[in-house]
Amino acid sequence: MTAHAIELKGISKAFGPVQANRNISMSVAKGTIHGIVGENGAGKSTLMSILYGFYKADRGEIWIDGKLTPIPDSQAAIRAGIGMVHQHFKLVENFTVVENVILGAEDGALLRPSIAKARRLLTELSEEYGLKVDPDAMIEDLSVGHQQRVEILKQLYRHADILILDEPTGVLTPAEADQLFRILERLKEEGKTIILITHKLREIMEITDTVSVMRRGEMTNTVKTADTSPAELAEMMVGRKVLLEVDKAPATPGDVVLKVDKLRVVRGGVERLKGVSLEIRRGEILGIAGVAGNGQTELLQVLGGMIPAQGGTVTLHNEPLDVTGKHSNGQTRRARGIGHVPEDRQTEGLIMAYEAWENVAFGYHQDPKYNTGLLMNNAAIKDDCADKMARYDVRPPNPRLPARNFSGGNQQKIVVAREMDRAPDLLLVGQPTRGVDIGAIEFIHKQIIALRDQGKAILLVSVELDEIMGLSDRIAVMFDGRIMGERLPSETNENELGLLMAGVTQGAA
Amino acid sequence: MDFLTIVQILDSTVRLATPLLLACLAGLWSERAGIFDIGLEGKMLAAAFFSAAIAFTTGSVWLGLFAGIVASVFLSGLHGVASITFRGNQLISGVAINFLAAGLTVVIAQTWFQQGGRTPQLATESRFGNIVLPGAETRIRDIAQQGPLGQVYSELISGHSILVYVALLMVPLTWFLLYRTRFGLRLRAVGENPAAVDTAGVSVVGLRYAAVVICGVLCGLAGAYLATALNAGFVKDMSAGRGFIALAALIFAKWRPWYALSACLLFGLFDAIGNRYQNIQLGEFIVPVQFMQALPYILVVIVLAGLVGKAIPPRAGGEPYVKER
Repeated sequence: MTAHAIELKGISKAFGPVQANRNISMSVAKGTIHGIVGENGAGKSTLMSILYGFYKADRGEIWIDGKLTPIPDSQAAIRAGIGMVHQHFKLVENFTVVENVILGAEDGALLRPSIAKARRLLTELSEEYGLKVDPDAMIEDLSVGHQQRVEILKQLYRHADILILDEPTGVLTPAEADQLFRILERLKEEGKTIILITHKLREIMEITDTVSVMRRGEMTNTVKTADTSPAELAEMMVGRKVLLEVDKAPATPGDVVLKVDKLRVVRGGVERLKGVSLEIRRGEILGIAGVAGNGQTELLQVLGGMIPAQGGTVTLHNEPLDVTGKHSNGQTRRARGIGHVPEDRQTEGLIMAYEAWENVAFGYHQDPKYNTGLLMNNAAIKDDCADKMARYDVRPPNPRLPARNFSGGNQQKIVVAREMDRAPDLLLVGQPTRGVDIGAIEFIHKQIIALRDQGKAILLVSVELDEIMGLSDRIAVMFDGRIMGERLPSETNENELGLLMAGVTQGAA
Repeated sequence: MDFLTIVQILDSTVRLATPLLLACLAGLWSERAGIFDIGLEGKMLAAAFFSAAIAFTTGSVWLGLFAGIVASVFLSGLHGVASITFRGNQLISGVAINFLAAGLTVVIAQTWFQQGGRTPQLATESRFGNIVLPGAETRIRDIAQQGPLGQVYSELISGHSILVYVALLMVPLTWFLLYRTRFGLRLRAVGENPAAVDTAGVSVVGLRYAAVVICGVLCGLAGAYLATALNAGFVKDMSAGRGFIALAALIFAKWRPWYALSACLLFGLFDAIGNRYQNIQLGEFIVPVQFMQALPYILVVIVLAGLVGKAIPPRAGGEPYVKER
């Protein structure tokens, strides 16, 4: 038996009173792909940061290739042959590919020889692993998928034998993710060891050889991927049985609630929406699929009254809805019965420094039940908040806690409680489960379905294709400010949607 | 306007552009590394005072220059500690340095020399003299006798202080270091995306301090030039907003060394024209002298109003680097 590429022995790390990693031991065989799954805050990132020298473990040992290897800083990690591809790429946008690759690993004081050597090596590496990138392209001109290749090339250039990838597919289209997996398999064949951190169980099943599950700072299980199932992994992550598939009855759509006609939005001189038209009926969830940045954000913001549109009309229950910005704002929208769970809860949904009860009142300050004549009735708001927290399972159920002290999932539940509890006729939901753990995802999905079953209309925007497929009654795909097409979930598949998301229509494919 | 007049205006342009150029390059180094520096003015002023004071007391202009650089680097270090180590607001730190320098120079000058907040006039030997290149004429009567080439050589190319030539040499040197060396690559990267540098195992803090020190040295040169070459001694507020004009030139130059040279020469030219032509007659109308002297500043306003096109500053500029997971 060959030595393990990585062996962690009893790693512990605490931040103040929070034990982020507790006595973690793990070993990864050379030339395998090892997955690490766990909910947010389970300690995956901390563990990998320790391995990459960003943090120093309080206790424990790191063994690389059978040798005890202390890793006090990133340089030591690089020397030990560990490379990390971060979730948010660490690239200099207005440098070329070659410049990014050599940064920090130059051969001498002058650049010219390093660049020449790197260009030669890049060509070799890109042929060897199928990582095609133009060495002289500017990073900002590359697609996200290609930028990720540069990150991988950067690590290979540093002779990394162990690659850590943190949530690598979050920003990729399904096609790009497939390409990435092929590259990873190729790397594995060449004897590289890969650690893949992800929350997408499908990816774990597809590509890894072994998988470790982390929960509350502990590594609870390590199993062979072939011997497990997504449902079992989810149960190990959460510590109880979880419904992965959304359970819902067929939709019974009624009258048209929202009608959007040829909506155009120009932001910063760029046309973000190029004539979007759609309809949503009572008792129906319309899912908008698409890679982030193709106009979904602007669509939600216009409908939510946050930004003006430059053209097109919107009607709600056949009554016009102002989109010019004159009478459109969050408050007038709420008065018309539109709830909005914005995409970015930390900047648009909550004020992080404010306490939960204050956040629960936002947008509904005029509500008589929150007011006593001239002054606000803070006690009533706090009571209402406590009541909502109980019903929406917000933990801890303390109205006096600032929003930032809640976990991502519980922050989202506060927003969801505020926007959904009044049962709006139309609910706009953006990325409802981004950065939310599996248990909370299940809860939020159930709430959305329940609202639909009350006969409300729901516009769901998400970059998670699984979520769109699971929740929607109809799916519209957005690309480059346009709706590429509409599909029924029962009559489509991820491949077809993936192509539409990349702007490929059936005829062209 | 005869040819010699044009050459003389250009000669004066070079003299007046030199402090701008040194300060502008100082700002370029600092801002390219992601540290905004509106304290150029204060550092120049401090360097001007200390170089004049030490040159006067010791009689050695070189010791004066050294003192000026030390003073400027000290203030730079202060800015560095505030904005790199303690991650403070870079604008506030810069403003503080400007106030500190404006006040301290006058107070110390008054205590040391009792001449109303100025240093005594520097004697010729405690100033940077003009270097006469081989074969160049020095007296204007002799230059006027020369042909055009000779006039350009004697009047424009020859006869500047050593600091003028140093400033001009700094342009290719800065370009080379920034774009052709490992140090430059890392320094530019740190101003664009420090996280990329950090994950590559290179010290962000080290690079930023290096940039701030280079900035201090160049500001020191600029201040010493003002007090010991362009003028003969320190007077209150003698930097006269040049640090801010240098910042405008830096934006105009889009943070590039060769463009910085052009921008500073342009500002210098307006200064020179303003000095030379106190009253220009345009038909019936006489352009007032105040307008001519205000020209460089008006140009600054136009530049800053963004009429020169889009200038994108280094992306991490002004942001303290906080390591994240």
